[in-house]
Amino acid sequence: MIDRRLIQNFDWILFLVTCILAFIGVFTIYSAAKTLTFKDGTLSTLPYYIKQIIWVGIGIVSLFVILFIDYRKLGKYSYVVYGFSLILLILVLFIGKSGMGAQRWFSFGPISFQPSELSKLFLIISLAWFLSEERSTPMRLRDLFQPVFFFLFLPLLLVLKQPDLGTAMMIFFIFTSMVLMAGVRWKSLLIIILPAVLTSPFWVKLFWNSLKGYQKARVLVFLKPDVDPLGVGYHIAQSKIAIGSGKIIGKGYLSGTQGQLRFLPERHTDFIFSIFAEEWGFLGSLVLIALYFFLIFWGIGIAKKAKDRLGALIAIGVVSMIATYLIVNVGMTLGLMPVVGLPLPFLSYGGTSVITAFMAIGILMNVKMRRFMLFY
Amino acid sequence: MLENLQENKNSDIQKRLPYLGYAILILIALIVLRIWYFQVLKGNYYRELSENNRLRIIKILPPRGIIYDREGIPLVENIPSFDISLILEDIYKEGDTISRLAKLIGIPEEEIKKKIEVAKRKEPFQPVKIKEKTSWEEVAVIEARKVDMPGVFVEVEVTRNYLYGDLGAHLIGHLGRITPEQAELEEYFNFPRDSLIGQWGIEKSFDSALRGIPGERIIEVDALGREVKVLAEKESIPGDDIYLTLDLNTQKTAENALGKEAGAIVAIDPNNGGILAFSSRPSLDPNMFSKGTQKQYWTEMMNNPLHPLMNRVTQSQVPPGSTFKIVMAAAGLETGKITPSTEVNCQGSIHFGNRDFRCWKAGGHGRVSLHRAIVESCDVYFYELGKKLGIDVISKYAEAFGLGKITGVPLPSEKTGLVPSTEWKNRALGKPWFPGETLSVSIGQGYLLVTPLQMAQVSASIANDGIIYKPQVVKRINGKNGYIDLLPEGTKIQINNGTMKFLRDAMAGVVEEPGGTGHRARSTIAKIGGKTGTSQIIGMKERVKSENIPKRFRDHAWFVAFAPAENARIAVASFVEHGGHGGAASAPLAKRVIEEYIKTINKSQVASNK
Repeated sequence: MIDRRLIQNFDWILFLVTCILAFIGVFTIYSAAKTLTFKDGTLSTLPYYIKQIIWVGIGIVSLFVILFIDYRKLGKYSYVVYGFSLILLILVLFIGKSGMGAQRWFSFGPISFQPSELSKLFLIISLAWFLSEERSTPMRLRDLFQPVFFFLFLPLLLVLKQPDLGTAMMIFFIFTSMVLMAGVRWKSLLIIILPAVLTSPFWVKLFWNSLKGYQKARVLVFLKPDVDPLGVGYHIAQSKIAIGSGKIIGKGYLSGTQGQLRFLPERHTDFIFSIFAEEWGFLGSLVLIALYFFLIFWGIGIAKKAKDRLGALIAIGVVSMIATYLIVNVGMTLGLMPVVGLPLPFLSYGGTSVITAFMAIGILMNVKMRRFMLFY
Repeated sequence: MLENLQENKNSDIQKRLPYLGYAILILIALIVLRIWYFQVLKGNYYRELSENNRLRIIKILPPRGIIYDREGIPLVENIPSFDISLILEDIYKEGDTISRLAKLIGIPEEEIKKKIEVAKRKEPFQPVKIKEKTSWEEVAVIEARKVDMPGVFVEVEVTRNYLYGDLGAHLIGHLGRITPEQAELEEYFNFPRDSLIGQWGIEKSFDSALRGIPGERIIEVDALGREVKVLAEKESIPGDDIYLTLDLNTQKTAENALGKEAGAIVAIDPNNGGILAFSSRPSLDPNMFSKGTQKQYWTEMMNNPLHPLMNRVTQSQVPPGSTFKIVMAAAGLETGKITPSTEVNCQGSIHFGNRDFRCWKAGGHGRVSLHRAIVESCDVYFYELGKKLGIDVISKYAEAFGLGKITGVPLPSEKTGLVPSTEWKNRALGKPWFPGETLSVSIGQGYLLVTPLQMAQVSASIANDGIIYKPQVVKRINGKNGYIDLLPEGTKIQINNGTMKFLRDAMAGVVEEPGGTGHRARSTIAKIGGKTGTSQIIGMKERVKSENIPKRFRDHAWFVAFAPAENARIAVASFVEHGGHGGAASAPLAKRVIEEYIKTINKSQVASNK
């Protein structure tokens, strides 16, 4: 039932770049996790890099599965799936397994699964569906109430309750960029921003109080690096040393001393960039950033050429998601951002994050493949 | 045609897209700039740091605040203790080092390996304690062989020495290692994972003042983990000292008075609620706990049939016996059900419902007024009074005197006791209240439960015309930048001063008048007012002398008192578990404590007059 034109339009370049990134990820994890001695409880007998290969495999399969479903069909059913993912988020509050002081994991037997990761994709599609419906463009203030409540306020409330600072940031950025791209009147924008700025002390306080102790510590360290609760500042200092010591050409693969010496915590997940930059130096870092840069701007190109508003907005959502991941995660290892626990897509170890990233690319390709198709 | 139509629909988005591109471009450019700064501009600096290895942050623990008695006599001191620790990353050959170390300090290799395995999951470069509280000999041996075993070192930790051993141990408390749950709390963030913090008593409830704020030192170390250079240092802020309301001499007397008996003596200042003495026996030695939990001692204490871990002053919940008659008398006078001149003819027992309620005096007291009924502790008088009041009025007055709820003393895990009422029985037991039960409560038996601290508070409130002060243990917190005096917090009971004066006279009569049950507390130093109490453990069919039954079935002996009878300076509750009769077993102990304290304040008055 698949149109031959679909296969002709398969985006080989995007697929290739994605695979190169995943490939770099497996190699870096091999290097980073060599000296890891603790077990994370899931499939614990396999080394991390093997598990990552399995995740990448599952990711590629999910990418293709998504290709076969027309994104307009995805959009049509997105509210249901989005509602379901919100319910999952509520469930995780009650029956989730607590990892690192926060409840954001589900476990089904040996597989642990983080629903807030996947919920970002559903958020993107259903928000795009919502914004693409006939309505006055650019949006007036009263057009904004509904999306703000359903696509910003509600998910934020749920993930902050868990609490997952990184996802909350992510949701905020995805929402903001999609709504702004869909168009908001200047006047309405001012009406929102001015009071928000004026009442910001109150919101900041509310937000601060909703954080858990370790998160407060991380934000504190980011704002004032000289206070050092929990040694978080110490980890950032170590991360900076790792990156900086790579110099221009790096120490060579498997020769990074900082990472190998257990200076860095979470070095196979959140701090994977530090390991990479230490071993491959500034040149390597440039190549890596360039690959992401390509991914992002290729995505913007897809948005531009998309057939309809739905496709364009979906592509914008995926692009802003990948950009936020990249900027927050790498910014974190460089001390530019607080340590919020967002992975680097394709590189960081972790099933949910890898699969979500591949699915996101799948959605992007989906939009591109169908740009010449007529509506049936 | 159609395609054009579709594209037109997107044209506004297409126009806005470049702005998204610019925003992302700028942010990525910033990231690249930052990477360039670290790797190219400062690359040499960081390479050097990473090669010489190693930057480490060493926490500097602040000295813990000292606890003093009211006169400024220190009760605790900080002493160094030596632990043998490892830094895993500095070990040269793990197996080799472990076997050498095992031989030197006499700990099986397996045990060391287990500790290392646990530590590997934690943060890097944190010392792993292998043996705590090591002797000087072992410290010397390790120091001498250190060169052969990189990674092994002697860690100095400051710990507590409780100068008076088990004296006031339940009040002062002890330290313990931070638990994993506590480590998650914001207040302990600055502390290393296995720090010693207050885990019991005042050490716990005033931990935030006592513990101070740790500092840190960023150091550079060489390949053997030896300190090469201090890069930065932030000093620690010492903990605040605290001054207790406790009087050391009075405390010693209380501890000695109880001696080997199980029980509690608590003395408070009726004028502000300050705790003057706080003894729960059998006690325990906080020095055994001060350095982590010493397992063997802990199990010993857990299995001791006399429960030394229990803080009897705040956690013992027993019937108050006849000491409750003062609350009854207050209720009777306030409600107007009786006047001081109301008389009852005591025949040794009364019949009520379908059973006999006995007076402790088999022959009866004859015609007694309220004053004599308190002095001689006539049970029949209070049975009659109880009938007139009913349980709910009794419970209302008992609660007014602070029974049935925590006093709010700043110590962990205080118990509430129990003041029964019809509503309570319905709720808790699902049964209606029987009038006969009111009679039991009237002489301080039945469901009624109190703690010694609550009874001391009752006594103090009578001495001070009806003010219930929240018991205070700390009077001053002395920090680097000055001190804070903690002020008394009191609430007034709505009871006439006349009633209070009557009760004081009656309680003075208990001690001073002929036939008074508390005559053993009679003192030449101060006029003492008191009330005896004997709380039954088991019901006896016949009247039996308590000396003739096994100790564990004997009654608890109570005595509550204050002195001097007018303008009291001290109020005491003395409680001896299975001590027998209150007048015999408990009154002399309270007297000793009162005399010691009155002597102490007289002396200091003479001294200040000179």
